[in-house]
Amino acid sequence: MAKTGMTKTMDQYFDDLRGTRVWRSIFRSGTGSSTLKRALAIQQNVFLHLFSTKVRVRMLSFSATWYLGTLTLGTFLLLVATGIPLMLYYHPSAPQAYSDTKDLQFVVSSGLFLRNLHRWSAHAMVFLVFAHMFKVFYRGAYRTPREFNWVIGVILLLITLLLSYTGYLLPWDQLAYWAITVGSNIASAVPLIGDKIHFLLLGGNAVNANALLRFYVLHCMILPLTAMFFIAIHFWRIRKDGGLYAHSSEPAVVRANAADNASVASRKEGQ
Amino acid sequence: MADEIKQTDEVSRRQFFMRLGLGSLSIAAVGTAAFSYQFLDPNVLYEPSPVVNAGKPDRYPLDSVTLDVNNGIYIIHSQEGYFSLSAVCTHLGCLTAWKQELGIIACPCHGSKFAVSDQGKLKPGDKIEGPAPRPLPWKRIWLNDDGDLLVDRSTDVPPLGRDSFVRV
Repeated sequence: MAKTGMTKTMDQYFDDLRGTRVWRSIFRSGTGSSTLKRALAIQQNVFLHLFSTKVRVRMLSFSATWYLGTLTLGTFLLLVATGIPLMLYYHPSAPQAYSDTKDLQFVVSSGLFLRNLHRWSAHAMVFLVFAHMFKVFYRGAYRTPREFNWVIGVILLLITLLLSYTGYLLPWDQLAYWAITVGSNIASAVPLIGDKIHFLLLGGNAVNANALLRFYVLHCMILPLTAMFFIAIHFWRIRKDGGLYAHSSEPAVVRANAADNASVASRKEGQ
Repeated sequence: MADEIKQTDEVSRRQFFMRLGLGSLSIAAVGTAAFSYQFLDPNVLYEPSPVVNAGKPDRYPLDSVTLDVNNGIYIIHSQEGYFSLSAVCTHLGCLTAWKQELGIIACPCHGSKFAVSDQGKLKPGDKIEGPAPRPLPWKRIWLNDDGDLLVDRSTDVPPLGRDSFVRV
């Protein structure tokens, strides 16, 4: 324990904390700023181990990715954080849903703030998912070996749209009712089994109490859990596919560089 | 030894249990799928009855079109008699509206338009324009013993059919 007379710097307090038995029992990788220790700190953390232990500094700049994927995750976390408190005041039943929504707007403390934050985050998430997709597409970051992560991304896009759609019904107002009537009738257009899908989706022949409950369960349980499952795979695949996409890691570029190096080496040998 | 076993078609103990296990799992998977489907398919629906009481015929003057917003049907009193059209657009299920000044039924969602009276080749319910794929269906209409008009929304009848009208 380094002590410089009477005064201790902030860093030293943190170093002391990291040396305690409790800290050492939780974080196994130990202290120190060596490359190994810093890599272990990522690799041995259950939440961070999905990510690469090392990232090129250049890839952390705003211009490399515009942070679109991270911002999308940010809106998703905001939606979870605001959605759970909203569930405490909302009954997914036909007589109560609309008045509960009104209560959240006008009666519940901070209800207006939470509901608006949930709504705007939802809009932002749909926008960011598309922006992320375009960025990945135009940079060519979907190509080998990242094709599978592109597929996971398409699944996440569909889940995002379904989350948006199922959430739309929950205020149980005229806009919600007719939007879901129209949207669920689009499902009927599926050949042969369209009407059955429509019936199972709504739990009846029309947008009714059953439909409200089904959309609520989809919106608050099934779709968010499915999203989390695929988000985990999406992040893990970034590491498995060689980290964030950079042009210099393209197989063709790597081969060209290797060929250059080889020719340089052979010339040296020839001398 | 190994060659002898290959020559016969006998199944080894290991293969037998493997097949038994996989077979049981397959049956269980099919059962689970069937179980899930049946669970998600409601057996009882607490939906309004498809049969609607539209009241006494004299509520509807001659050459009038009346929209029943709550039940999604039109009661039309024409020269031929009373008949009923579905008010639910065949495109994506929006509630259509009767436009008296134009003499047509129009859908506010995507602009489908339907005829109400005979207009050349068009029968009542036929599409004039718009994305709707089918005409508005005619619904079965009859008088009950109390003299009330009843409409069965779950039963379509042929347009201009002899039994598709109620004549009082």
